[in-house]
Amino acid sequence: MLTYLIKRFLILLVTLWGVTVISFGILHLAPGGPLTPLTEFNPKITPEYREKLIKMYGLDKPLHLQYLNWLKGIIKLDFGRSFSLDQRPVWDKIKERLPVTLLINTLALILILLISIPLGVLSAVKSGTRFDQIFTFLTFFGYAMPSFWLALLLMLIFGVKLQWLPISGLHSIVGYEKMSLFEKILDWTKHLLCPLFVATFGGIAGFSRYLRNSMLEVLKADYITYARAKGLPERVILYKHAMRNALLPMITLLGLSLPGLIGGSVIFETIFGIPGLGQLMWQAVMSRDYPVIMANLLLVSFLTLLGNFLADIGYALADPRIRLSEKK
Amino acid sequence: MLKEICQGKSGCFALLIVLTLIGTALFGPYISPYDPLEIRVDEILQPPSLKHPLGTDLLGRDVLSRMIYGARISLEVSLVAVGLSLLIGVFLGAIAGYFGGIIDQIISRFIDIMLCFPTIFLILAVIAYLEPSILNIMIIIGLTSWMGIARLVRAEILSLKEREFVLAAKIYGASSMRIIFRHLLPNALPPVLVSASLGMGNAILIESALSFLGIGVQPPIPSWGNMLIEGKETLEVAWWLSFFPGLAILLTVLAFILLGERIQEIVNPKRK
Repeated sequence: MLTYLIKRFLILLVTLWGVTVISFGILHLAPGGPLTPLTEFNPKITPEYREKLIKMYGLDKPLHLQYLNWLKGIIKLDFGRSFSLDQRPVWDKIKERLPVTLLINTLALILILLISIPLGVLSAVKSGTRFDQIFTFLTFFGYAMPSFWLALLLMLIFGVKLQWLPISGLHSIVGYEKMSLFEKILDWTKHLLCPLFVATFGGIAGFSRYLRNSMLEVLKADYITYARAKGLPERVILYKHAMRNALLPMITLLGLSLPGLIGGSVIFETIFGIPGLGQLMWQAVMSRDYPVIMANLLLVSFLTLLGNFLADIGYALADPRIRLSEKK
Repeated sequence: MLKEICQGKSGCFALLIVLTLIGTALFGPYISPYDPLEIRVDEILQPPSLKHPLGTDLLGRDVLSRMIYGARISLEVSLVAVGLSLLIGVFLGAIAGYFGGIIDQIISRFIDIMLCFPTIFLILAVIAYLEPSILNIMIIIGLTSWMGIARLVRAEILSLKEREFVLAAKIYGASSMRIIFRHLLPNALPPVLVSASLGMGNAILIESALSFLGIGVQPPIPSWGNMLIEGKETLEVAWWLSFFPGLAILLTVLAFILLGERIQEIVNPKRK
């Protein structure tokens, strides 16, 4: 177990390093170097001032020194200042938006698991029946559904036609201060229903289909046949013997699905006007606010990496073949 | 192959849609009822009718004609993107699987690193530095979507390279490259075909998402994704503007997924 964890951790470090190298590479994609976007269309910046900026950012030094300096800043969470008018430190901007994105994605993940586990198991058990056929069709539908279109349809139906739900923001603006705690929670829930639906839709399809196949695979195993031969009740076989084993690979899938989930934030946060990281990223790209873009890119890939690492640990803890492999 | 695909209900449906799409893209200019760029101030926001089957948009342009033109853009972008990702993925996967050792280690770590970036974030960051031209979008989607194929090919080659026919090729003195490209890769083709079909669906989804976010195909060139921007703005008055382009994306992606699934069943009957 320890060797496994150490190995995973080393891989984590190598990957982390690779992520910073690629990000640094993108930084230097801009023709003429990273300063061009800042200085190109700005008449206030004279050639002399540009020289000064180049000295200040250390752009006259060799590339590997630049990389090390950049890395030093990142470790101290110093991503520089935003190019936008307020010129605030990038990390401050990110800090206030991170909780919203984490909240929605965590809620989405919980919902995905709550819905897809029973669905996947059920369709594996009823494999070949009408239910399974409909389920399979729906999962393909879920894969293929463009999330932004789903969001538009929800806005059209629930926001415009039925007028049941608000279509933008995290909470009401008018009268929000005067609400009681309960009303505030209700208000948030109403605002989050549509975004959460969009965030979970594709995930449910992927997870439940994966679980269905994993479950079908496990049900073919010898120990299930043995359990049946012993005369164990079908319920015990399914939920105690089969499901626990079928759920194991889900831990890895959980880690692997993080990039998609976080990536989806860009789309639903932009459409529903939710002030999270995804919306920040989109706004930064639209206004070419490079420090914010880079910090965002690094942060979401760190989060993904961390999620993968946690999934690895979780897998090791859950699977006795790894947990008990110390002595080998 | 085509006949086999058509034996299943879903395969037939998928094939029909994909062929329709290809036909539309090829013969777009001949079948589209209007010029997709022609602005008609006297016909703005017309609901679907006999004259304009799918209605008109804010500038009075015919939605059907724009969607026909958009089909061409979507297909073009995703074909080039998938082609590029196949090229990179098959090549890296094949040499990683065949040579193993340090080469495999380096390539596999590189794949892990690339998989850490949420694709949309990575693409957004790169596009911010480059122009969002159609060519750039094709290349960027291709450069960020080869990892799955590389892993797949690597695994296929790993399992194939110990087989007798490879040994035989080695004995008569075939070079490594010849063994990889003449003997191993043709055997790894079926799963690659499947993931190419799934990749087409994925590329169309990404392209339309980017265009919808305003950083993909730029107006006035119509694409299904950027038509939906107008749809969002006119949600209250013109449902058809946000309904039909999205439906086209959904059906197309669904068709490519079902097609991939059907090919999977044909080349690998055990999976069913």
